[in-house]
Amino acid sequence: MAANNYKHALFCAIVTLIISFPILGLNLEAEGVKITVTGAETSTHIAILLAAVVVFVFQAFRDSFMGALGKLPKLNPLVNKKPMEQSKRVKLESWIMTGLVVLALFWPFFVSRGSVDLATLVLIYIMLALGLNVVVGLAGLLDLGYVAFYAVGAYTFALLSEYLGASFWVALPAGALLAALFGLVLGFPVLRLRGDYLAIVTLGFGEIIRILLNNWTNLTGGPNGIGGIPDPTLFGMEFGRRVKEEGNTSFHETFGIAYSGEHKVIFLYLIALVLAVITALVIRRFMRMPVGRAWEALREDEIAARSLGLSRTAVKLSAFTIGAFFAGFAGTVFASKQGFISPESFVFLESAIILAIVVLGGMGSQLGVILAAIAVTILPELAREFSEYRMLIFGAAMVLMMVWRPQGMLPMRRIHIKLKKQE
Amino acid sequence: MLEVQNLSMRFGGLLAVDQVTLDVQEREIVSIIGPNGAGKTTVFNCMSGFYKPSGGKILFEGKEVQGKPDHKISKLGMVRTFQHVRLFTQMSVVENLLVAQHRHLNTNMLAGLLGTPNYKEREQKALDRAAYWLERVGLLELANRDAGNLAYGQQRRLEIARCMVTEPKLLMLDEPAAGLNPAETKELNQLIISLKEDYNVSVVLIEHDMSLVMDISDRINVINQGRPLASGTPEEIRQNDDVIKAYLGEA
Ligand SMILES: Nc1ncnc2c1ncn2[C@@H]1O[C@H](COP(=O)(O)OP(=O)(O)OP(=O)(O)O)[C@@H](O)[C@H]1O
Ligand SMILES: [Mg+2]
Repeated sequence: MAANNYKHALFCAIVTLIISFPILGLNLEAEGVKITVTGAETSTHIAILLAAVVVFVFQAFRDSFMGALGKLPKLNPLVNKKPMEQSKRVKLESWIMTGLVVLALFWPFFVSRGSVDLATLVLIYIMLALGLNVVVGLAGLLDLGYVAFYAVGAYTFALLSEYLGASFWVALPAGALLAALFGLVLGFPVLRLRGDYLAIVTLGFGEIIRILLNNWTNLTGGPNGIGGIPDPTLFGMEFGRRVKEEGNTSFHETFGIAYSGEHKVIFLYLIALVLAVITALVIRRFMRMPVGRAWEALREDEIAARSLGLSRTAVKLSAFTIGAFFAGFAGTVFASKQGFISPESFVFLESAIILAIVVLGGMGSQLGVILAAIAVTILPELAREFSEYRMLIFGAAMVLMMVWRPQGMLPMRRIHIKLKKQE
Repeated sequence: MLEVQNLSMRFGGLLAVDQVTLDVQEREIVSIIGPNGAGKTTVFNCMSGFYKPSGGKILFEGKEVQGKPDHKISKLGMVRTFQHVRLFTQMSVVENLLVAQHRHLNTNMLAGLLGTPNYKEREQKALDRAAYWLERVGLLELANRDAGNLAYGQQRRLEIARCMVTEPKLLMLDEPAAGLNPAETKELNQLIISLKEDYNVSVVLIEHDMSLVMDISDRINVINQGRPLASGTPEEIRQNDDVIKAYLGEA
C-alpha cells in the first residue's frame, strides 16, 4: 500500500516535470525570422522542481490529506445543527427570494453604471443556469452544448434587427421560440443516448452551431460578428440621446428629464430582472407539475418510468425544448446588452461555466443555482488581478466542492405535499 | 383477458423462452414458477413490452400487443413490478405515486401553468388516490420521505401501490415476496388476494415462495429452461411428477 503510494507519487512528480519543463523552462525567442530556444532563468527551474516536490508530497500522503479534508466539515459549527423544519425552511426560502428580488429592483438606482451592467450579466447567467438546471439537474441529461441555444437566441435578435429591423420586443419571443425549436431538433437524434454519449453529441452540437456562425459569412458576418443591435424600447420610447427609428419618441424628452446614459442600462437591467424572475417562477411551477415530475422520474429510473406509461420521447424532448427556450431568452437579452455579438461569445467554455454553476449550486435546486450564478459571475470581477487564474481557481473550487459537498451548495429539497386522509 | 400463445424469446444463441403459452382470466391469480434462470422474468419483459418477442403472440383483451412499446402497454392497463425494486429513489413516496398517475392528470402545460380548474381538480384526485393507496399499504405516515430511504419491505409495498394508482386491469408481480420476512409475506398474501377480490385486478405472479404461490394462486404455470413444463391448479401442480422431478433435480 505505502510502497504503491510512493511509486504513484514518483510517477506524478515525473509527469509534472515532463509537462512543465518544456512549457516554462524553455523560452522561444524570435531573432528576425529565426526562432531560438533558450533556457529560462534559474528561478523558474527551481520553481518547477519545487512544484514537482509538492506534487510528490501531496500524492504520497494523498489519503491522509483527503481524509482530513473530508473531516473538516465536522469543525464547522453548522453541521451539528438540526436541519430546519420543512415548513419553516420553505417560508424562509421564499422570504429570501422575495427579499432578493425587492433589493434587486431598487439597488441599480444607487450604484454605478458598471455595477448595473455586471448585474445584468449575472441575471443572464441566472436565466441560463435555471434553464440548464431543467435539462441537467431535473431530467438528468448531461448537455455540454447548451451555449448553442444561447447563441441561437442572440443571433436571432441580431439577424432580425439587421435584416428586418425588428425590435427587442419582437425578437424576444422569436429568439426564445427559435431556440426552443433547436432544442427540439437536437432532442430527436439524442433520444436514445445517455450519460457520456449524450454529453459528447451535445458538445458536438454546440460546436457545430458556433462554427456555422463563424463560417456563414454572408449571413452572420463570420468572426466579425453583427453590430448595431438596438436597445429595448419602453412603449416606443427610445433610450438614446436621439431617436433612431421613425415614429418613436425618446424617453428623456417624454418625461422632461435630462438625458443620461444610465437610463438605458438600468432599463435593460430591469428587463433582465423581470425575465429572470419569470424564468424562475415558471420553472418552479413546472417542477410541481406532471411534466416536472416526469423529468425527474426519467432521471431516476428510465425503465420504471416507461413501465408506468411515460413516453421517453415526450419527456426528454420537453426538457430539451424548455431548457433551450430560456437560453433563447437569455441570448436575446445578451445581444441587446452588448449591442454587438460574434461567435466568440459562444464557445464551449460558456457551456462549461453554466454547467459548473448548476453543479456548484446543487442540481435541481433553484436558490442554490441562483446563488452560484451570482458567485461565479461576480467573484472574477472582484478579483480582476487574478483573472489569469480564474480557471485555476474555478477548477480548485470544483474539486473542493466534490470532496465536501458533492450535492452542491444548497442541494435540492423535495416539495412537501400534504395529503388528506382517505376513508 | 390475457392470452400468451407460443411465446419465444431468443438472445443470440440462447432460447430463453421457448413456446410458452398461458392465459389469465378476469379476477384470477395466475402464477409462473420455475427454477432460477427458467425464463420467467423474460416472459414478463415480453408481456410488458420491454422486449420484442422473437415469436408468438400476446393478446390483451383480444388485441395483439406483442412488440408494442412499453409505455403504450401500460396505458392499456397492464403494469408490472420488478424483481429488483425500481423506485424513483430520490423522489418522495407520494411523488412516486403521482408520477404513476401521469395519464390521469392534466398534462397540458398551459393548463398547469395557469392552474385551470380542470388541472387542479385532476391534481387533487391524483393526490387523493395516492393517499388512499398509501393508507392501504401502510405508508401514509411516510408520504414525504424519500422513497430510497424506506425499508425494503416498504419499498416493495410502495412499488405495488405505484402500480395500483394507475388503475390497472392486470398486475404483473415479479417475485414480490423476495427479501420479505414471514410477517411481511403474510401481509403481502392478503394484499394480493384483496387486489383481486376488492379491486377486480387480475394478477400474474412470479414467485419462489411456494407456500405463498400454493396459497393464493388460482392456477400455476411451471416453466423449466424456457419451456412450459406443466400448468394447472395448485393441487395438480403439487402432484405433477415432472414438476417434482424438475424441482428436486435442481435442488
Ligand atoms: N437481456 C438478456 N440478454 C441475454 N440473456 C438474457 C437476457 N435476459 C435474460 N437472459 C437469460 O435468459 C435466461 C432466463 O432469464 P430470466 O431472468 O428470465 O430467468 P428467471 O426465470 O426470471 O430467473 P430468476 O428466478 O433467477 O429470476 C437466463 O439464462 C438469462 O441469463
Ligand atoms: Mg427473474
